[in-house]
Amino acid sequence: MINARVTVTLKNGVLDPQGKAIEGALGALGFDGIGHVRQGKVFDLQIETADRAKAEAEVKAMCEKLLANTVIENYTISLA
Amino acid sequence: MKSAVVQLPGLNRDRDMITALTKISGTAPVTIWQTETEIPDVDLIVIPGGFSYGDYLRCGAIAARMPVMQAIKAKAEAGVKVLGVCNGFQILVEAGLLPGALMRNASLKFVCKEVLLEVVNADTDFSRAYEKGQIIRSPVAHHDGNFFADSETLARIEDNGQVVFRYAGGTNPNGSVNDIAGIVNAKGNVLGMMPHPENLIEAAHGGSDGRGLFASALDVIAA
Repeated sequence: MINARVTVTLKNGVLDPQGKAIEGALGALGFDGIGHVRQGKVFDLQIETADRAKAEAEVKAMCEKLLANTVIENYTISLA
Repeated sequence: MKSAVVQLPGLNRDRDMITALTKISGTAPVTIWQTETEIPDVDLIVIPGGFSYGDYLRCGAIAARMPVMQAIKAKAEAGVKVLGVCNGFQILVEAGLLPGALMRNASLKFVCKEVLLEVVNADTDFSRAYEKGQIIRSPVAHHDGNFFADSETLARIEDNGQVVFRYAGGTNPNGSVNDIAGIVNAKGNVLGMMPHPENLIEAAHGGSDGRGLFASALDVIAA
């Protein structure tokens, strides 16, 4: 069994209204000097294999096909 | 002209769409369920609005990967007209049938109101009942209608005349780049738009500005 974590973030240059709102709220809470807040997503999943290369290839395919919209999002994969 | 309306769990504007198509073409559309892989022989396939699969992951993302979408893709490639409204537009971009992406509204709020649209391209199968530059009214109701495309894609669709409708008169409700409200694919047979023309087709709706879109797509333009 391999645990994988996929992190999906917006590409540079893609407007992130939610990140902007969070940035504003952080400022309102008194956190000064905060900039470039970007919101993303994290997916944790388990793959029933002992083959790390196969697991990584499979998770990459999942990212390309479903987990990320590569028009607007980047993803990174880490295997535990 | 025969039409079809796609039904998926969570789509809730299908009945409005069926009513509009029936009233304007005189014939009720057939309905297509999400698991169908054979699409009947029709001239127009409509993906209506709603919240397919609860908008989980990204709006339209899961619907776009259902078997029925493969079948719709094949029909679109064969030249059948496909119209996606609201969630239907989101599904079409997620399925790769249209360029760009639809992001959270810049206001972060769900918008439900009437906007003005400029008919930017009246030379498509979906807009020929209108005049180029004509301003029409249309309801909108969405949370994620903020059209985005990278600058290269944007320049390409603008140059190709793929922008069919633009929000006009300062009514852009969602922050869409270049005020884009509706686009067609390069071939011109797939249209996606956030506004709901099906909700403004008769006097009881307070106007019939949306009728021209269906009259165009169904080829029933009054002479």
